[in-house]
Amino acid sequence: MNTKSIPLLIALAALLAPYLPGVPLFWVSLLNFIGLAALVTLGLVVLTGVGGMTSFGQAAFVGISAYTTAVLSVKYGISPWLTLPVSILITTLAAFLIGLMTVRLSGHYLPLGTIAWGIAISYLFGNLEYLGRYNGISGVPPLSIGGVELIEGRQVYPVVWLFVTVAVIGTKNLLDSRAGRAMSVLRSGKTAAQAFGVNTTRTKLIVFVYAGVLAGLAGWLFAHIQRAVTPSAFGINAGIEYLLMAVVGGAGHVYGAIIGAAVVVLLKNQLQDILPLIFGQGGNFESIAFGALLILALIYARDGIWAAIDQRFSNRRRHINRDAKPLETAPAKQGDFALLKVEGLTKRFGGLVAVNGVGFEVKPGEILGLLGPNGAGKSTTFNLLTGVIPLTEGRIWIDGGRVDGKLPEEIAARGVARTFQHVKLAPEMSVLENVALGAHLRGRAGFVRGMLRLDREEEERIFAEAMRNLERTGLADDAFQLAGSLSLGASRMAEIARALCLAPNLLLLDEPAAGLRRFEKEELAKLLSSLRADGMGILLVEHDMEFVMGLTDRIVVLDFGTRIAEGTPTEIQRNPAVQEAYLGGVQ
Amino acid sequence: MSVLLTATDLSVSYGKVVAVHNIAIELPGSGIVTLIGANGAGKSTTLLSLMGVLPAKGKLMFDGIDITKSPVEERVEMGISLVSEKRDLFSSMSVEDNLRLGCYRRNRSHGGEALEEVFGRFPRLKERRRQLAATLSGGERQMLAMGRALMARPRLLMLDEPSLGLAPLIVRDIFRIVTDLRDSGIAILLVEQNARAALEVASAGYVMELGEITTHGPASELINDRRLIESYLGIG
Amino acid sequence: MDSTITLFLLQDGLINGSIYALLAVAFVLLFAVTRIIFVAQGDFVAYGGLTFAALQQGSVPGSIWLLAGLGIIAGTLEFLRERRALTRPKVLGILAGDFVFPLTLTGVAILAAPQDMPYLFDMALALTLVVPMGPYIYRICFRPMASASVLVLLIASVGVHWLMIGLGLLFFGAEGYRAAPMFGANFALGPVPVSAQSLLVMGATLALLVGFYLFFGRTLAGKALMATAVNARGASLVGISPSFSGRTAFLMAAFVGAISGILIAPLTTLYYDSGFLIGLKGFVAAIVAGFASFPLAVAGAIAIGIAEAVSAFFASAFKEVIVFSLILPILIWRSIRAPHLEED
Repeated sequence: MNTKSIPLLIALAALLAPYLPGVPLFWVSLLNFIGLAALVTLGLVVLTGVGGMTSFGQAAFVGISAYTTAVLSVKYGISPWLTLPVSILITTLAAFLIGLMTVRLSGHYLPLGTIAWGIAISYLFGNLEYLGRYNGISGVPPLSIGGVELIEGRQVYPVVWLFVTVAVIGTKNLLDSRAGRAMSVLRSGKTAAQAFGVNTTRTKLIVFVYAGVLAGLAGWLFAHIQRAVTPSAFGINAGIEYLLMAVVGGAGHVYGAIIGAAVVVLLKNQLQDILPLIFGQGGNFESIAFGALLILALIYARDGIWAAIDQRFSNRRRHINRDAKPLETAPAKQGDFALLKVEGLTKRFGGLVAVNGVGFEVKPGEILGLLGPNGAGKSTTFNLLTGVIPLTEGRIWIDGGRVDGKLPEEIAARGVARTFQHVKLAPEMSVLENVALGAHLRGRAGFVRGMLRLDREEEERIFAEAMRNLERTGLADDAFQLAGSLSLGASRMAEIARALCLAPNLLLLDEPAAGLRRFEKEELAKLLSSLRADGMGILLVEHDMEFVMGLTDRIVVLDFGTRIAEGTPTEIQRNPAVQEAYLGGVQ
Repeated sequence: MSVLLTATDLSVSYGKVVAVHNIAIELPGSGIVTLIGANGAGKSTTLLSLMGVLPAKGKLMFDGIDITKSPVEERVEMGISLVSEKRDLFSSMSVEDNLRLGCYRRNRSHGGEALEEVFGRFPRLKERRRQLAATLSGGERQMLAMGRALMARPRLLMLDEPSLGLAPLIVRDIFRIVTDLRDSGIAILLVEQNARAALEVASAGYVMELGEITTHGPASELINDRRLIESYLGIG
Repeated sequence: MDSTITLFLLQDGLINGSIYALLAVAFVLLFAVTRIIFVAQGDFVAYGGLTFAALQQGSVPGSIWLLAGLGIIAGTLEFLRERRALTRPKVLGILAGDFVFPLTLTGVAILAAPQDMPYLFDMALALTLVVPMGPYIYRICFRPMASASVLVLLIASVGVHWLMIGLGLLFFGAEGYRAAPMFGANFALGPVPVSAQSLLVMGATLALLVGFYLFFGRTLAGKALMATAVNARGASLVGISPSFSGRTAFLMAAFVGAISGILIAPLTTLYYDSGFLIGLKGFVAAIVAGFASFPLAVAGAIAIGIAEAVSAFFASAFKEVIVFSLILPILIWRSIRAPHLEED
């Protein structure tokens, strides 16, 4: 069966279900609640599964929007359709302000922060006189279309699922766009994203606000369907429930949101009927089952239900238009000048001097090898050049402009591309998508254009470029594989392809030959030679002498953070200091 | 000479990537055996799997007992110790506490004697016994890591790149200590990037490339193996 | 605000702060050793207090069934896990530790509950009923995912919290309970009345904190536990088993929770879900300490207790809003001070 038709069929079946004869109204309103929960969970999928930020507090945004529309429509008599933009605006604003703080939290502080504001906001709802304290606000008017009030479940149903459908399509479009790729790589760490010019803080904030707005849509609907708002619906437990839906459904997948919402809502409903009978008393006993479900899901199926389905039907192929107009490239300057110039580069960690006054130059059409034994300071030097860690002293010029103290994304914008010693590809994205991230700075389309599919022409150009570079690195056949399934050698080549998508003047390679087999090293050497012939400047940090000797024009050798030798490969091989550093010898 | 440890068909994988593939190693009850090879060849992975830190497939016998499924603490109890490449010290604890924890599992009843012995071998550690491990220099950290391993009076001591990041003079000290330990009868498995130095003190050597053992034999033969030297220096 | 009120708020703040301090220490300990941010920590407070209150009132606490159930599940899982390497001592050990021990305790509780037992006996029994749940929970829920990320472990601990809350409602019902104080006496400290129980809380807290200090500073077992926290691989290399450390840390955390509950049960009415909020305040203090420093955690906890007492006086409705909003700036400060470096 064709993959694309499956969601379509499911959607069609679901759409018609409530209107089949004999379907009780009760089930229709359950479907409505699934839709509402799916909207919030969809935001959480983008936030957690794609952007790598776990939030326990999404219920707070549902609440902010629900209370806004409740206050406006009950106290000021404003029509629900008019309160929609206001509710969304206020939710956006709240998400923006809370997000400003939240996205700056690192590691596990972030989810802890969401617990904190999640609780604070729900207590705020429960204690403000204006919002009716613990009783909330009742008598919220229903939605109405053309004078007809949508009171019954079957009437509201199309509205809810229209919202869900639009949100799903928009989200899918978004994830398959330039902005979406920038979001998706955040989850595997921000270093790689920054190296290709992604402003990670801004991207995280956009993701956060987007998730908040989806929660806000659900909140607005909720207020007018439920016809009342109470603080308990927006507390931390509700927030955790949404997270449970994302985990159970599959936090990495758009459809996981719907499946997770369906499973949890239906289960909760059944449990609320059954458990009190078993235990002989009333109460929120479903939390027992949910707790157990959450733990079991984390132990046995951490990727959720949809991941298992997805594996079977997934198709990552996409059409590549080879005739697409090439992306613009800044003309490369040729000639005898320093593409990269380093002077007195020094890095101290506390008392330890990792790099001590190192200097060198790389010219166009030249490969410079930076060599040294383990712990000599090569990787630190590399991180200083790329702006990943701040330098203590020294100056760096790229193409004549000072870049010391600049951020990685600013350095990337000057036509500098890099690879990583420990491969940093997003394993759950295809090789092609990973490589396309390299062209991030050469595209323009933003968030809105991505969602509305107005970016197709540029996307064609980006993917054509990505494919070209995969062909150049010999990986065209693996383009649609998951990056996580590549061998180490192929991963390193994919990183080079990604770097080439930036159309760099200067290419920085961090131990590209480590762990490669002999024939892979030969392929790599051939590729680098041809790039050099194109006029690219290449800095090669390597441990492997044999590889460097045959390939580089000049070599700088580091030991204990200091430059101990510089010269042609032959000069370096004869240098006694280098022999001592490499071969050692006790006597 | 009696055999202390035998590994047969040992394989270690990280997810789908096989880091060590079907290797066989045999260690005698005394003397130094060295494991050499380029970065990423799988040397550290091999040591970690022998210690039980990484799960491995294959068969592992220590002193006639099958330890393939034994957890790390049982291997420690039987007398295997590893000084890892990262040293893995307890940085916020004192030198003495680090050492005392060395005999947490094995040799605890003779902890006092072992401590004096380690202080005798590494007088620097005695001077700094109250200092936090984090404040030690690179060489002292290596000594502390070795001292901590020796507290358990191991029968097999595995050293992962003991010279890594140390100045030549200190490397010399470390190697002197390693030969002293060898002469005191402890079996040592030494992983070194400083291949010549390692082969000079070892009786036998294994060469690893891309997760497999490509050559092994007496150290005196390996040290004159031209191919080996070439692949290290890239001459030729 | 006159001096009487100041003193009154200070006393209130110190009592609450003491409990938060104990819980904060437990949070820090658990996180350092197991990387688990154990949200359910507070539920041990409710379980401890309510089990104690039930025993005092002569009724059988429902929590015994959880203890028995956890023991049986943990034991069964252990048998399954070790099925290829079962030896006679191992089998006996599992039978004794996971079946006989919890079932015996359950039996003792059923027999002893209706009797009028001394205060200290009820206390001790409540502790022995609740504390073993800690290691059992670790073995059942967390050991199978020992290699998971901090985030996954955090979400799992939320799952444990839900389980405990739901079961707590089942065991203890929705009404609140208050235990009788150990000493009924009251003193007057200047113009402020001070109950003996509140002095007991503060004294016991102090004693426990000193106990922790000595345990970690002076004993090899304590240092071994700390070693796991400082460098898990280093600890494993000297033969300290990570799962043993995990069990010990959970044992201590459950003990801290249960004793806190027993201590405050006479001072405040406890409900099955009271623990979560109490725990979260300790949790805020642990965040202040960056989940790393014990003294900072204690100081933070006292400060939170006092901040809470003061805000309860001036804006009682917004007490929780204020306390939890305070976390955000602290978290931001923490993030800036100790940025998580990406693993290479």
